[in-house]
Amino acid sequence: MNSQRIHAVDVTARNLKANARLSLKDQQLRNNMRSAMDSLISKRIISMPDEDERENLRELGNKVRARALSELPDLLELLEANLIKQGIQVHWASSTDEANAIVLKIAQTRNAKQVIKGKSMVSEEMAMNEHLTEHGIEALESDMGEYIIQLDNEKPTHIIMPAIHKNAEQVGRLFEHRLALPYTNDVDSLIQSARGILREKFFHADIGISGVNFAVAETGTLLLVENEGNGRMSTTVPPVHIAVTGIEKVVANLQDTVPLLSLLTRSALGQGITTYVNMISAPRQPGELDGPEEVHLVLLDNGRSQAFADSELRQTLNCIRCGACMNHCPVYTRIGGQAYGTVYPGPIGKIISPHLLGLENTPDHPSASSLCGACGEVCPVKIPIPALLRRLREENVKSPQQTGQVMDGQGSRYSAKERLLWKGWQYFNSVPLLYKAGTFMATRFGGLTPKNLGPWTQNHSAPKPAARSLHELAKAHLEKKS
Amino acid sequence: MSARDKILASLRSSLEGTTPIADPFDATLVDEPWRYAPAERVTRLKELMTAVHSEVLLTNSHEWPKLLADVLAARKINKLLIAPTTAHGQAFSKHCQTTQNPLQLLAYDRPIEEWKRELFDDVPASFTGTLAGIAATGTLVVQPSSDEPRLMSLVPPLHIALLNASQIYDNLYQAQQHWPKPMPSNLLLISGPSKTADIEQVLAYGAHGPKDLIVLIVEDA
Repeated sequence: MNSQRIHAVDVTARNLKANARLSLKDQQLRNNMRSAMDSLISKRIISMPDEDERENLRELGNKVRARALSELPDLLELLEANLIKQGIQVHWASSTDEANAIVLKIAQTRNAKQVIKGKSMVSEEMAMNEHLTEHGIEALESDMGEYIIQLDNEKPTHIIMPAIHKNAEQVGRLFEHRLALPYTNDVDSLIQSARGILREKFFHADIGISGVNFAVAETGTLLLVENEGNGRMSTTVPPVHIAVTGIEKVVANLQDTVPLLSLLTRSALGQGITTYVNMISAPRQPGELDGPEEVHLVLLDNGRSQAFADSELRQTLNCIRCGACMNHCPVYTRIGGQAYGTVYPGPIGKIISPHLLGLENTPDHPSASSLCGACGEVCPVKIPIPALLRRLREENVKSPQQTGQVMDGQGSRYSAKERLLWKGWQYFNSVPLLYKAGTFMATRFGGLTPKNLGPWTQNHSAPKPAARSLHELAKAHLEKKS
Repeated sequence: MSARDKILASLRSSLEGTTPIADPFDATLVDEPWRYAPAERVTRLKELMTAVHSEVLLTNSHEWPKLLADVLAARKINKLLIAPTTAHGQAFSKHCQTTQNPLQLLAYDRPIEEWKRELFDDVPASFTGTLAGIAATGTLVVQPSSDEPRLMSLVPPLHIALLNASQIYDNLYQAQQHWPKPMPSNLLLISGPSKTADIEQVLAYGAHGPKDLIVLIVEDA
């Protein structure tokens, strides 16, 4: 494989800058990402040709999510009551440790040895695979993309297309090395090989794990979207199904899923609908001949209630995990998903990860953006991502004296020196005499600006003040006119 | 304090002094852009499903059993999983009897645990009914039941579904108005054979579910 690969173990969120530098040098990665993102961008817009329809629906999507969040605790209780009534067991976890303990306990009670997983980003948050493996339980990914990266001991690079950073040749080599299959770069053959292997895994699995796209409170329904059928296999073949999801995924009723589904599948993949929409409201009923005997739902907080506490940051939880913000992000497209060192990469990752991990562990994430605004423009539920990034930058440099605990790790980038510098800058700009003197000096002695200005001059030429300030030029112009 | 109580208490304290937002749902936004004349519904569903690699055949209430038999014969399929307790299952078995079709009909009449290996390895095709169709997205609404269990439309490589033209709705919102209440243990929307684009975004069919989906639309039903 000629592409440099950043191993999951090497990547941490604290190293974003170093990771990004490494990724930028990986031409194979950049080619793979560029062509994939271009294609996803055009598929999305082709599936939303009518601007009025699209914008009205985004507005509705935003309101439907905002409404659900405005009564989140009540909806969660209603969801729980309905699920329990229908035979689904509900578990709550404040942290990923608690969630892992819940899943492990269910697995141990069932004496489970093999777990098959449909795609679930929350299980990635939990590092569930590693946790189960440590306790002697095999946890295998069954989504084609997830399966590929698990074989290569990597983390997902995209929340919808986890292996999008690899091309067919790289996957062919991986299958050759890890599965002892004859090399091919034919995508159909690669998929058929994986299908054959994974069918046996579905057959033998003791437990199936899935995420949830929408949890419908009124009917007690877990709604899952997918194209591959691995989600249906994972939730239907094994005798136990455990769904793991964040507490924000709940919506009030079934009709609310109509706009959200349409926004989700078109924003993510440019598809009017996915091949399967799987709505699960109960385990196998008396008389039914298949389906899991036990269904569990694990509701995970993991920092979400912290984002929820602030009415501006709460909008982060509108997210329906379509990935459109990444597809349109100039930074993400260039550095790929793994450089972020977080489960959720790209723009949404930069606003959600600080709540999951604390700002002290994601100190560069709010700044790793040009604030071009593309993410906010395409977000199907209108999360003002650029505004939230700016807000996180403020939280990031909050001084210890400023009141208000908003989030873990706030002020992690606070520097007394920098604060003093800006205070001086503010003073300089608000005292006319000082400002005049300053600009006079700068314009007259501009030629003395050093050529080397530290990091700035690594990529730019040094700024050189003009011979006369704008004030002076304007004044001269007005005098001349009169 | 349990995790449940802790989470709910935290959320409640964050919402203190606020009132829930009124239901913003506006059916016109999800319904009006996706309406079709009755004759158009079949055409659109056929067009969209064909575009994602499904085969859609138009037929009528007398001829579909023969069409189904022909489709299977053309593909040299000699076994079909059916639901003998349903009207369409019975109609097709009767057709096979009267025409002395050598096709072997299998029934999903025992719990999966008793014949999992056979279902996974030895059932090349299945035939099920559908609850409805959706024109806007080219979708089948399938309700698994004890007659037609969940895996019937998932494990066999070929899934054949029977759809009445009169049950094709314009869009998901309209179809939802006719869903069973309360929700069944499992309800599915199926819009083609299983597929993936996870390698280089190259579309490949037959990922984990059926490789082929054939829809028989009964135009006079």
